[in-house]
Amino acid sequence: MGQTVAEKIFETHVVDRPAEDVWVIRLDAVLCHEITTPTAILDLMRLGKDRVFDPSRIKAVIDHVTPAKDSNTATQGKVLREWARRHHITDFFDIGRNGVCHALFPEKGFIRPGYAVIMGDSHTCTDGAFGAFTPGVGTTDLAVGILKGVCAFRRPQTMKITLTGELPQGVFAKDVILSVIGRIGVDGATNRIVEFDGPVVQRMNMEARMTLCNMTVEAGGTCGICYADAITADYLWEHIRGEYPDKAAAAADFRKWWPDPDAVYEKTIVHDVSGLEPVTTFGQKPDNVRPVREMEGTPIDQVFIGSCTNGRMDDLRSAARVLAGRKVHPHVRGIVCPATTKIFSEALEEGLIRVFTDAGFCVTNPTCGPCLGMSTGVLAEGEVCASTSNRNFNDRMGRGGRVHLMSPATAAASAIAGHITNSELYKA
Amino acid sequence: MKNFGGHVLFLDRADINTDEIIPAKYLTEIAREALQPYLLESLTLDGFDPKRDIPGKQVVISRANFGCGSSREHAPWALEVNGIRLVIAESFARIFRQNMFNCGLLVVELPCDTIARLFTDYARGETFATADVARGVIQIRTGTKAEEISFRLSDFDRQLVEAGGWLEYADARY
Ligand code: SF4
Repeated sequence: MGQTVAEKIFETHVVDRPAEDVWVIRLDAVLCHEITTPTAILDLMRLGKDRVFDPSRIKAVIDHVTPAKDSNTATQGKVLREWARRHHITDFFDIGRNGVCHALFPEKGFIRPGYAVIMGDSHTCTDGAFGAFTPGVGTTDLAVGILKGVCAFRRPQTMKITLTGELPQGVFAKDVILSVIGRIGVDGATNRIVEFDGPVVQRMNMEARMTLCNMTVEAGGTCGICYADAITADYLWEHIRGEYPDKAAAAADFRKWWPDPDAVYEKTIVHDVSGLEPVTTFGQKPDNVRPVREMEGTPIDQVFIGSCTNGRMDDLRSAARVLAGRKVHPHVRGIVCPATTKIFSEALEEGLIRVFTDAGFCVTNPTCGPCLGMSTGVLAEGEVCASTSNRNFNDRMGRGGRVHLMSPATAAASAIAGHITNSELYKA
Repeated sequence: MKNFGGHVLFLDRADINTDEIIPAKYLTEIAREALQPYLLESLTLDGFDPKRDIPGKQVVISRANFGCGSSREHAPWALEVNGIRLVIAESFARIFRQNMFNCGLLVVELPCDTIARLFTDYARGETFATADVARGVIQIRTGTKAEEISFRLSDFDRQLVEAGGWLEYADARY
C-alpha cells in the first residue's frame, strides 16, 4: 500500500512501537525558544538529568520577548543562554542575530525534506513547507526530545488539500489558508497532517508555502506539508550545495519524500482559489472568516505586520507596495516587525524600511512582539488591531483587545484608510 | 499514579483555547505555581467567574475541541496547580491532550450525546466525579442521581498516567 509523506518519515525514523499505534521516532532537530524551554531545562536540572542528546541537533533562539522587557523575561533569556553555553549548543541566536523561530530556523537551513523536527511551539507546523514532519509539542515532549532525541506520536491520519485555479491579483497565501480554515473549521484537521497539493502550491515560493503551513494548527492540524521540489532546493541551496552537484539533483532526490501515487488519505478536499477575494476574520476564532468587503469600514487602532505567518521579505514587499508614497491614517499606529535579522537587512537594502518609516510605521527589531500581546504593541481594552499574525483569540494581543487577521497587503491598505479595507492592489 | 476525582467545574462551550486557559502574558513565569491565580482568566462564558467558581474543583467537564490553540504546557500546569487533574470533554486538541498525559494527568473523551446529557443532568447542582483508571469508568454523582460511565484509554496513555508522565517513562526506556 502506498504511503503519505508523514508515513514515509515515520517509517524511516521509528525507534520503538511501545503500544498499538504509538510510534516513538528519532528527531533530526529539536528547536527551542525562551518561553517554553526554560521550564524544560529546569525540570531536567531538578531531576539530575541536565544533558542534551546531541548539541549539534539542538537549535535555540530568543524571539518572543527580545530585548527582555522585565525581570521575568530577562530570567527566561538567561536560563536559555546559560544552558546553550553549558552544552555547547552553537546554533543559539540571541538579540542582534535572532528572529522569529519559524522564520529563522528555515532560513538557516535547519529544516530539510524528510526531517522529523519538534519544537515547544504550536506553529512549528510552518516548517512542514519543506516536506518535513514538524509538529509543535509541549514542554515535557521538548524535555524528552532534548534529553533523548525522540518523541512519541500516534500515527497521524493525513488529509490532502488540493489547491486549484489561479490566485487573483491582491489575493495571497494568507487569504488561501484563512479560506481553508473558514471552510473546515478550527478542528477540521485535528489529529491530522495536511498535505497541500495542486498547481497553486507548485507555483508558490517557500515564503507563501510557509504561510500556508503556518496556520494548519488553527484548524487543529499536526502540521502542514508541501512537497519538496526545485523551489525548495533553490531556497535551501546555500546550505545543501555541498551535498548535491546541482539544484536539479537536489530536487530529484527530494522526490523520495513525495507521497506514493496510491497513498491513502483519510480525506481529500479540492479548494479552488480562482474566485477568492481577500478575506479577514470577524470573531474570536480563526475560522470566523469572511471577505474583507463585508468588513469594510471596521475601525482599527493598530496595524501589525509581522509574525511567523507574514513577516518575511515577500510579505514586507507586498505591504510596502501598498504603502509607497502614502501615509498611515493619523488615528492608526502602524507596527512592522521584520521576522529575522537577515530579513531586516534585506528590507533595508531594498529600501522597504524607508517606505515603512516614510508612511509613518514604527519598525521594530525582529521579534514575535505584538503577536501574542507580550511586548512592542500590546492592545488596550476595547482596541482593535488589523494583524498579519495567526490568532484572533480574545485577549490574544492584550486584555480586552480585538484582532482581525489578514494579508500584509490588506493590513497595509487598512493602515492608510484607518479602517479595514481591501488593498488597492486588488482593485487595480 | 495521581488521584483523579473531585468536585466538577462545568464549562459549557466548545473550542476553549489555551489562551483562555492561561493567557500568554503569564508565560513569562518559570515556576508552575505562579500560574495558580490566573487559570481561565480570559474565558468569557455567561455566569462564569474564575475567582468564585474554580476554588474547590478538581474535575472539568467541557465540550468539543478543548485546549485548542497554542502548545503551552502551562495550560495543564495551570489546571494542576489548582488541583484539577481530570478533564472530561467530547474531544481535545492534539497537543493539549498529549501534554496532559505527558504530565501524568488524565483526559477522558466521551461521545457528544453523553456529554450533552451530563450537562443536562449534573451541571446545575454540586457534582462529584472520579475516574477509576484501572476499570476505565467515570463515577459521577449529584444529590439524588449517580451513575457509572465507561471510557476507553489506550495502553500507552494508561502507561503514561501510571508512570506519572512521559519524562519518567522515556527516561526509564530510551
Ligand atoms: S510570531 Fe506569534 S505565533 Fe509565531 S511563534 Fe511568535 S508568538 Fe507564536
